[in-house]
Amino acid sequence: MKQNLTALAAGLLFGAGLAFSGMADPARVQGFLDLFGNWDPTLAFVMGGAMIPMALAWLVQRRMASPLAVSKFSLPGTVQLDRPLAVGAVLFGMGWGIAGLCPGPAIADLGIAPLAVLPFVGAMFAGMALHRVLTR
Amino acid sequence: MIPGFPHAMPVEGFAGGLLIGLAAAVMLLGLGRIAGVSGMAARATGIADTGAPRGLAVAFVVGLPLGALLVSLLAGGVEVRFPPSVWPLVIGGLLVGFGTRLGSGCTSGHGVCGLSRLSRRSMVATGLFMASGFVTVALLRMGGLL
Repeated sequence: MKQNLTALAAGLLFGAGLAFSGMADPARVQGFLDLFGNWDPTLAFVMGGAMIPMALAWLVQRRMASPLAVSKFSLPGTVQLDRPLAVGAVLFGMGWGIAGLCPGPAIADLGIAPLAVLPFVGAMFAGMALHRVLTR
Repeated sequence: MIPGFPHAMPVEGFAGGLLIGLAAAVMLLGLGRIAGVSGMAARATGIADTGAPRGLAVAFVVGLPLGALLVSLLAGGVEVRFPPSVWPLVIGGLLVGFGTRLGSGCTSGHGVCGLSRLSRRSMVATGLFMASGFVTVALLRMGGLL
């Protein structure tokens, strides 16, 4: 229960941040990627803002034996660079540029423009399911 | 306002970014996990069967639209401009879904959490998806599709 409420709080803050920062707007995100058009630098400020609490959080995390609400940290430990990482990132970037949406803003937009974002969210889950089927 | 970019929102962007970073910090220090939306979404729907406990993933994913709705209600609306046709959404969605699973993360997991951790994998992934996004939009513009 405490775990789920903490996750809900994190989700609420995340969604609020996306909406407040303008990142829920696909045209603004695509505007950041549009170097040869009417470039919109807003996304860089969002990234810069997000780095500050997270950089501090990683410093604190190193001194903690366990997280506050659960017994242990479950963090990715993979270090090697491989082909799936690179190919996946390139494909993701293509979709991000075409639609102006990545997973966070897409799901957040279900709260403010559900009908408009539904085709993207449906296709995104289909793409995830396709990956699962192909890599089984 | 930034000279030359009257449409940019540096202050709102930075403040919203702080909220996003705070959310990721709550996830890390409270639950010991990366606030990666693609992974949490795959786990919440059951597409992934390893990762966070299902209830935790569902709670995080449900919080995203609720948080956005809250801001929209308090601010009297949030601007969201979608492509005029459904095709960019469908093609983009398929690529984003497949690519984020193959590449183990998206803008939140690799971008916000991984970069701040100085993870080499996340630095490479973020560099590649940003570069790919820039090139894709440049090609769309050259092709008269923007």
